[in-house]
Amino acid sequence: MALTALFFYLFAGVTVMSGLLVIVARNPVHAVLWLILAFFNAAGLFVLLGAEFLAMILVVVYVGAVAVLFLFVVMMLDVDFAELRAGFIKNASVGALVGLVLLVELIAVLGYRVIGGAVSGAVRAAPAPVPGSGITNTEAIGRLLYTKYVYFFQGAGLILLVAMIGAIVLTLRHKEGVRRQSISAQNARTPAMAIEVVTLAPGQSIIPGRERQG
Amino acid sequence: MFPTTFDTWWDYALWLALTVGASLLLLVTLLIIVAFLLLMDRKVWAAVQLRRGPNVVGPFGLLQSFADLLKFVLKEPLIPAGADKGVFLLAPLVTAVLALAAWAVIPVGKGIVISDLNVGILYLFAISSLGVYGVIMGGWASNSKYPFLGSLRSAAQMVSYEVSIGFVIITVLLLVGSLNMTAIVTSQQTGIGTRMGLPNSFLDWNWLILFPMFVVFFISALAETNRPPFDLPEAESELVAGFMVEYSSTPYLLFMLGEYVAIVTMCAMTTIMFLGGWLPPIDHWLLNWVPGPIWFLMKVTFVFFMFAMVKAIVPRYRYDQLMRLGWKVFLPLSLAMVVVVAAILHFGRIAV
Repeated sequence: MALTALFFYLFAGVTVMSGLLVIVARNPVHAVLWLILAFFNAAGLFVLLGAEFLAMILVVVYVGAVAVLFLFVVMMLDVDFAELRAGFIKNASVGALVGLVLLVELIAVLGYRVIGGAVSGAVRAAPAPVPGSGITNTEAIGRLLYTKYVYFFQGAGLILLVAMIGAIVLTLRHKEGVRRQSISAQNARTPAMAIEVVTLAPGQSIIPGRERQG
Repeated sequence: MFPTTFDTWWDYALWLALTVGASLLLLVTLLIIVAFLLLMDRKVWAAVQLRRGPNVVGPFGLLQSFADLLKFVLKEPLIPAGADKGVFLLAPLVTAVLALAAWAVIPVGKGIVISDLNVGILYLFAISSLGVYGVIMGGWASNSKYPFLGSLRSAAQMVSYEVSIGFVIITVLLLVGSLNMTAIVTSQQTGIGTRMGLPNSFLDWNWLILFPMFVVFFISALAETNRPPFDLPEAESELVAGFMVEYSSTPYLLFMLGEYVAIVTMCAMTTIMFLGGWLPPIDHWLLNWVPGPIWFLMKVTFVFFMFAMVKAIVPRYRYDQLMRLGWKVFLPLSLAMVVVVAAILHFGRIAV
């Protein structure tokens, strides 16, 4: 369909462009903003593939939460651009190596799919939502994830939980002498506990030994 | 709603024209309604404080919002010298456009929706979670202390309350069994009331069966839209006007517009998930005769009235109290409710 092709080239073009701008942008905050645009357009590509559930989850998780935290951290960084440029030459060889590995892997995967034509059994067995069958792809993903891959799914959840607990343990500090608010104690307070009515004779103080002279 | 088979270019053109026309109609209606809701907000606030509120422009001050609009549009936009100009101007646009984009999936009546997405509620959730970007970008690009503090606060606040909103949405869709907004509304035709042998009424709506979640969602919606008592990103006693300090004229107008549209979107979300969308309160021929969009509008206005009353009568939270409420009260509560609802649906064999 011509309209789909049009949208595909729009989303794909913007994704590639903003991906490029992520690495060439001088200002790290701008880089994160371009990254967000790339995520957003990737979500658009998912919609074109008919995977609207994945698209929305991508936006909610990556754009709505992860990228906010990225932005949060990057905004507070004190970036020294001169130092960054000095480090560029030093790390260029490592970066090139990583890039090369990624490129080879991509070529291998694409070449395997194009030349071999064989898609592994697990991928083929994935029940793609048949149009008109009444099963939405949310349901299809749920059925697959909670039946066939339930142990992997739970395992991934556990790993994330461990990572979260680890992060909390690393940053948790118990400070002494911090006055914390105790809402239950506040609510349990009554006038009887807070106010005491005392009768004072003239010249007498409520603090012992501070009677006014004369 | 629209033709879905495309044979010739004429079909594309017709589809495009219909979609654009319907979107324009919805947006114009929405903006006019928002203008009057803004006035209502101020009037309710004034009435609680025994003031008259805006009463000069037009009869009863009805045209006040339009006068404000003209004032903002005709003012000179100021851009601070140290600001990041592009991001500074992009931020209010992002806020306003995202807030308006949410209305693409909201069904205001039976079949009256621009796009009846399968994952409508997720789309709304995604769009509302993006609302934080306008605030962060605005605060950072202003290159000034108070806006920056405001935007940091809002980033933490919105991310915190999104978690509980997400869990509330999960309980609703566990009960309904669909992510489609229309399905969520139609499923509320039957519920507790019909189970007890009563005719279809407001007792069937989700607010009764999920009452704790209704309360959690209402409060989280206040926090998500930076409404008082959670308006810490723009707390005027501490941060002047928070992330909006450096804004003036049309960019400021876009921020305010985006904020109010986001609030109305949250009201609409509450209406759809808990108050039966466009369904009449009692299945009676006289009430059924009133068109669905009218019921929808009345419910949205009611929820907005509650938002306005909260603004008028509740003092602002302190920041640590806000975080405590989000993470230590709402998160465990909503998480527990997800488990409880799922367990009842699974073991109780209740097909609601």
